[in-house]
Formats: sequence, C-alpha cells, structure tokens
Amino acid sequence: MMEIQPEYDVQQTTGLEESAAKSKIRLCNIDKVYETKKTTFTAIKDVSINIEDNDFVCIIGPSGCGKSTLLHMLAGLDFPTQGEILINNQRVTCPGADRGMVFQTYTLFPWMTVEENIKFGLKLKKMPVDQMNEIVDKYLQSIQLTKFRHSYPRELSGGMKQRVAIARALANQPEVLLMDEPFGALDQHTKSNMQLLLREIWQKERPTIIFVTHDIDEAVFLANKIFVMATHPGTLKQVVNVEMGQNRSLDIKDTMEFINFRKYINQLLYAEHAEE
Amino acid sequence: MRKSKAVIRSVMKCHAGGEKMKNDFRLRQDICKQTYFLITVATFTFIIGCWILATVSGMVKPMFLPQLSSVFTNIIEGIKDNSLCENAVVSIYRITMGFLVAAALGIPLGILCGSFKKVEAVIGPLCEFIRYMPVPAFVPLVMVWAGIDEVAKIVVVFIGTFFQMALMIADDARSVPEDLLSASYTLGTKRWSTIFKVLIPAMGPRIMLTLRVTIGWAWTYLVVAELVASNSGLGYTILRAQRFFNTDAIFAGILIIGILGLITDRLFAIAIKKMFPWDERSSS
Repeated sequence: MMEIQPEYDVQQTTGLEESAAKSKIRLCNIDKVYETKKTTFTAIKDVSINIEDNDFVCIIGPSGCGKSTLLHMLAGLDFPTQGEILINNQRVTCPGADRGMVFQTYTLFPWMTVEENIKFGLKLKKMPVDQMNEIVDKYLQSIQLTKFRHSYPRELSGGMKQRVAIARALANQPEVLLMDEPFGALDQHTKSNMQLLLREIWQKERPTIIFVTHDIDEAVFLANKIFVMATHPGTLKQVVNVEMGQNRSLDIKDTMEFINFRKYINQLLYAEHAEE
Repeated sequence: MRKSKAVIRSVMKCHAGGEKMKNDFRLRQDICKQTYFLITVATFTFIIGCWILATVSGMVKPMFLPQLSSVFTNIIEGIKDNSLCENAVVSIYRITMGFLVAAALGIPLGILCGSFKKVEAVIGPLCEFIRYMPVPAFVPLVMVWAGIDEVAKIVVVFIGTFFQMALMIADDARSVPEDLLSASYTLGTKRWSTIFKVLIPAMGPRIMLTLRVTIGWAWTYLVVAELVASNSGLGYTILRAQRFFNTDAIFAGILIIGILGLITDRLFAIAIKKMFPWDERSSS
C-alpha cells in the first residue's frame, strides 16, 4: 500500500490553513459517531476536504465508508458529530436552495409534469414567469427532453427521470450540485450516456459538482479530482488528480491513461481489503 | 344476444388452450376484464341461486332465511310508501356528517402525528388505546353527553371512525419517502412549505384510499348509532324488524345498506382515478 503513494498528488496537511481559506467548500476535521446504549461506532474519522469553485470532484469508497453521509452533511440533511462544514466561509446548519442535490432514488414530484418539476425551486424564489420559462427551456434542451415537457414522471424511464432531477437541481443555480450515486440504478448503457451528458453540462456551465459513487469507471471519467476513502472508520485515503484533459468522450474509457487511473484507484480501494 | 356471444368468444380467446388456463393461476397473473366480470357475475348468481333453492324447496324456514321474493316485496313496499327513501336520506346524512367531522379533524391531526414525533407521542398512544374500546359501549354515555337528537348519532359515527382514521393518515404521512422530502429541502422549502407543497400532495392518493376504507366502517357504525333512541334511519328499520323477527325486513335493510356502501366505494374509486392521474399505481 505504501509504495504506490508518492507519484500522485497527495493533499498536504501542511500549509492547509492558507490555501483552504480560499476554497469554496471546506469540510474541516469531520467526525461522525453513532452512539448506541452499548457501543459507540465511529463512521467517519477526521476527514478534511477542500473543493474549489467550478470543480468536478468525485468521492469514491467502499460501502460503509461514509461518503454518502458526507454528502448529506454538505446538504444540511445530516450533521457531523465534530468538525464543521463551510461553503463560501458560511457554516452549513440546515438544507437550502444553494445546495442542489440529486439522489439515487427517483425524487421527482410525481404529481407535477417535467416542466413543473423544473420550475419548483424557481417558483419558491418567486422568479418572474418569463425568466422562469427561459431557464426551463434551456435545461429541457440540455437534457434533451423538450418533447417530454408536459409528461408526468410515471411516463418517463429511469434515465429520463434522473435527467429531469439534474435539470431541476441546476435550474435553481445552486452554489454546488451534490450527487449521491445518481446513476446507480441505471443500466450500463444508459449510465454511460448519462455520464457523457453530465460531463458536457459541466463543460458548458461549470457548476461545482460533488459526485459520490462506488463505480471506479464513473469516477475516473467524470471527475477532475477523486477523493478516495477507506472504511472502518471512514477516512480520506488519498486525493487523485485525474489529468486527462477537459473534453472527454466515452472513447477515452479505452485509452491507456484511463485504464491506468482505473487500476491505480482499484489498487487503493483493494489494498484496504488485503490489509484485513 | 349477439353481444353476449361476442363476449363469450373473446373470453374463449382469453383461454385458448389448457396451457393458458394454467398460466392464469400464476401468482398475480392478470386476467382479461371480461373473464373477471363473468366470474363475479357467476359468483353472485351462484349465491342467489343457493338462496332461492334453499328457501323455495322449504329446506330452510322463512324465519331463518326469507324468500328472495318477499325481501324484494319488502323493498318495493318501502319505495312505494316512501319510507325507504326517507330512512336512507336520514342515514346518509348521519354518516356524511360524522364522517366529515372525523375527516376534518383526523386528516390534519394524522399529518401532524406522522410528521412530528412529539405530536405522535401525544396522539399516537391515545388513539391506539381508544380505538380498541368497544364503540357500542359508548352509546349510553353519548346519550348523556349529547342528548338523543341527531348530534348523538353523528357522535357515534365519529367515535367509530375518527381514531382509526387519524392513525391511518399518520401512517400515510410516514410512508412518503424521506428522499422526496430531502429533495424538496434542497430546492428551498422550509418545514411548513415542505408539508404543504410536498408531503400533502405526495400522500394525496393514500389519504383518499384511507377515506375509502374508513367510510366503509362508518356504514357499520351507523347501525350502532341508530341504537340511540332513534325512530328513523336504515339501521333503525333493521332494529325494529329484529324486534318482531321480521326476517325479510332485516334482509331488506341489510341489502340496502350493502348496496349504498358499494355505491360509495365505487364513487371513491372513480374519484381517486380522476383526481390522481399521475399516480403510479392507478395505471391502465
């Protein structure tokens, strides 16, 4: 495990203070402890992560490493036992429209059409109708579902539903888009297309995205930076910069570069099991 | 005649071959609508047939089971002298009022109970406790509390339905997926706007389903309600007939209540389909 560390960027703990103050999103020394009558269970231990504006990062790790919990904490849906989460130097205390989220389960409001779903957050902001329609048109186009504008979620396939969920979150223009294994329930083919679409949207608009997954391929293809986590307790193991250029097509999955990244991350994840 | 032939032919098509027959008994295997309808009609015909056979042949005395014809005569007489209609209207009024009051209080209370643990701690155990109490035992008390007029009967229907309804609505509220509420929060709703804009619309179909079930119970408690110093209503006619062992009148009353109940249930079913075309379960 030790010998593979040096050749890639490992986030330095020294000098963290100065560089971190500039980061848009900061998770500082996060602990999550669950206490039951008999035992205390440490799910996450001392995780610190800094994420820059307009970056696309993935958090990858085996199940039970707390990656999803971290994301829920960022959204304000869960809280750390210790440590704090800052977005633009503001402490996260509750959920808000500035942090959009896409879930693994389908969370479109079934009684609303595609259009109404995308408008939901905008209506809450009391945005003028013209501006609202403009935004809806724009996102319907970028998720290629203009034809389904007036359809109800029950008429859509799983991939379509997730596309609308992404559009709904992005239409709100959040500071950060949190994605919790959003393509986990999709078949391989749909999944690849969704990855491509998401990457294209990112290329165009540069929203800050934090994407949680356990799929190595997905992480390497999507992210500029991958946070690899270990389990028992959940800790940050390593940060990998995926230097593969900004414009990515699905073809890059067959390149040597991609395969090497995949191998490397696989090793990082697998090494832990070998330890046990 | 030709129409019924067409029905039979299409049913035959449904059942082409023994292999297909076997498939109809796979778990949850769908069957075609006509087959379903025919089976239902056959069941009713069979039961009525048995009834007629048992009574006409004299195997069962009329005191235990009246002849179908005398039950119908009883109903027709009731229609002729208008007493049936009057009694039905009185009963429907009592049920509607009791049910509406129960719903008006039970739905909001149930939603609060399913949303906030502290409200649940107050209301949940209390309702669980009261709902096991025998409603008929309350009748004398209700007379003391609410007198012997209409209010008393409405109160009985209310007691019979309210506590169950509140608990079921609370369950409906809990069944809305956590992620749906979380998604709503991340789109900018706060506590109350989440309840009004997401939780309540999401549980809409379930609320209606709960009402559909509980109004069935309301019909049951009607008879209990009309025990209270009553001199009108369908429940009362049954009770009066019981006193004189008027079996055909008892059956007439029971049949009428059954039919009215069936009509309410169908109305609810249609309303649910019309109100929630988006619901995943109401497909096809």
